[in-house]
Amino acid sequence: MAILVETDTRILVQGITGDFGSRHAKASLDYGTQLVAGVTPGKGGQFFEHNGHKVPVFDTVEEAARETGATVSAIFVPPPFAADAILECVDAGLDLAVAITEGIPVNDMIRVKAAMARKKTRLIGPNCPGVVTPGRGDKSHGGCRIGIAPGYIHKRGNVGVVSRSGTLTYEAVWQLTTRGYGQSTCVGIGGDPVNGTSHLDVLKLFNEDPETEAIIMIGEIGGTAEVEAGRWAAEHCKKPIAAFIAGATAPPGRRMGHAGAIVGGAEDTAEAKKRILRECGIAVADSPADMAQALLTVYKK
Amino acid sequence: MNIHEYQAKELFSKFGVASPAGIVADTAEAAGAAARELGGAGLVVKAQVHAGGRGKGTFKNGFKGGVHVINTAEEAETIAGQMLGQTLVTHQTGPEGKLVSKVLIAKSVDIDKELYFAILFDRANSTHSIIASTEGGMNIEEVAEKTPEKITTVTLDPTLGLQPYQCRKLAAALGLRGKLMNQAVKLFSALWNLYSKSDCSQIEVNPLAVTKDGEVMALDAKFNFDDNALYRQKDVVAMRDTTEEDPREVAASEFGLNYIGLDGSIACLVNGAGLAMATMDIIKLHGGEPANFLDVGGGASKEQVSNAFKIILGDPNVKGILVNIFGGIMDCNVIAEGIVAAVQEVGLSLPLVVRLEGNNVDAGKKTLAESGLNLVSGDGLTDAASKIVKAVAA
Repeated sequence: MAILVETDTRILVQGITGDFGSRHAKASLDYGTQLVAGVTPGKGGQFFEHNGHKVPVFDTVEEAARETGATVSAIFVPPPFAADAILECVDAGLDLAVAITEGIPVNDMIRVKAAMARKKTRLIGPNCPGVVTPGRGDKSHGGCRIGIAPGYIHKRGNVGVVSRSGTLTYEAVWQLTTRGYGQSTCVGIGGDPVNGTSHLDVLKLFNEDPETEAIIMIGEIGGTAEVEAGRWAAEHCKKPIAAFIAGATAPPGRRMGHAGAIVGGAEDTAEAKKRILRECGIAVADSPADMAQALLTVYKK
Repeated sequence: MNIHEYQAKELFSKFGVASPAGIVADTAEAAGAAARELGGAGLVVKAQVHAGGRGKGTFKNGFKGGVHVINTAEEAETIAGQMLGQTLVTHQTGPEGKLVSKVLIAKSVDIDKELYFAILFDRANSTHSIIASTEGGMNIEEVAEKTPEKITTVTLDPTLGLQPYQCRKLAAALGLRGKLMNQAVKLFSALWNLYSKSDCSQIEVNPLAVTKDGEVMALDAKFNFDDNALYRQKDVVAMRDTTEEDPREVAASEFGLNYIGLDGSIACLVNGAGLAMATMDIIKLHGGEPANFLDVGGGASKEQVSNAFKIILGDPNVKGILVNIFGGIMDCNVIAEGIVAAVQEVGLSLPLVVRLEGNNVDAGKKTLAESGLNLVSGDGLTDAASKIVKAVAA
């Protein structure tokens, strides 16, 4: 078991013929991911070929899902069309839509989020590195890689990782892997202020997942999502958690790369979040170099 | 992105939000003509800079005040002449001040009551909300702390937006009854229309005024726009005034780089926003001060990296550089080639610590080693951070 996706989950890629989408579709195929379909409107009937793989391209998500059994989409379409691409996944009844696209207008996401309420499809992202459930092969080959993370840094194991940032996820994963600790699933929930899945949502999934024994949660300045997750965990989470919060040195009021990474008030600074997480019994690393180390202070295997 | 007061007024007039008549001028003569057109008397001349505290500011030529009440066109011309081309220092500009290249001539109004009205992106609820208060002209955070009962909040439905009944409810909460209520409802609706059609993330009207003539008007407003939506807001983008921004940030934005200037001495060049923030944090943790936030992104080209490096080197406060790359998508060798290209062009006399990890790391390290560049390799985050802090302190 893992969360959200397993190694045999069948995925499709929206925007597979674009520069960004094709690059990462190839990397996923090389990683051994069950990438079974692509969607590019107007290019239905063509094939996406790479290293002996021949992936059919469809005009619509609905057709791709029906013909190939894909249940998850990785969305690489440009910002002006991304909201529509997410809604197309909802209409097709997919289990999961993972929106990698960075730069979607906040008004588009507000409408998408409202439209997704009480629908079957879960959204991860947008502006996220995606989801990886590592495989059991050499350098975690054979895993389910959705998005843009480097596959080889992973190792299948028992630590769940959830983060708003891509590169910080890779740091945490690499720190774990080089210490011999594998991951159950790594989830990048994205750096935007309106997203589909929160830290708390992912903690709940990890808490229920028998394979996950411990959790690293990576957050940053802005909003209160990490604090909500921490408060819930203090009451309900049975598993040890370590955390890192980026942005202790960020000046207030400035948007630090991620649209959501902005200090607006007293409660969304890095210091405030770290203090509250510590009060919730979470092992907080002050340095991004110590994320795995912090986890090992509370997680003994 | 910020806009000037006169640009806010242009948006108000385009969307039918009541505000005092005004004309912008960039010469003293034009200011005089504008004042004549507005009737000559009962006017204000206001320096146009992206900073608060203008009224109490001082120009570097000694002239006091960036806001003046005037009563003749000649006076407008004289005052504008003292402001234009001069640098205004306020408590928000820093000691270097801001160059005034435009002035706004506007009707001054007799205020009966000052109120507060803001529309803003409500992150916690994934929608937009309205905050209104009877305490206008004050800092809203202060009001929220001391007299929260004087604040009314209305959370908008994400698909319906601001409805007329909500406007009436807000008007009533602000004590705007009778004819004032109708005016307020019209103003609030117009403001919402402007907010949603222009992809704003905040419009703070402070004060919203009731004049002695019985009119409801937006006197001053602060705008914020959703950067992600600027691609479909050409009119808004046209209002950008790059002379008001940090020149380092302007240069970076031309190359598609995510850069924010800070006051420290250790520059950093990083891929990914989260890691870029964390790199600043780890510099501080080891006793240094970061000079910037710089995310070159996952798909940066050699040219972008080279330009990023040049921007860093152009900052006189920088005493050392830390390059921190975890190449997930980013090819480490592209980073290495970009650094080498920049140094060949502009030279390098500062300490440089490079930590490369991930995608194509061996090729990247080889490129740096063969370049003959005087750099120190960082073995992991902690090692890299402590090395650059030591090098700068030395």
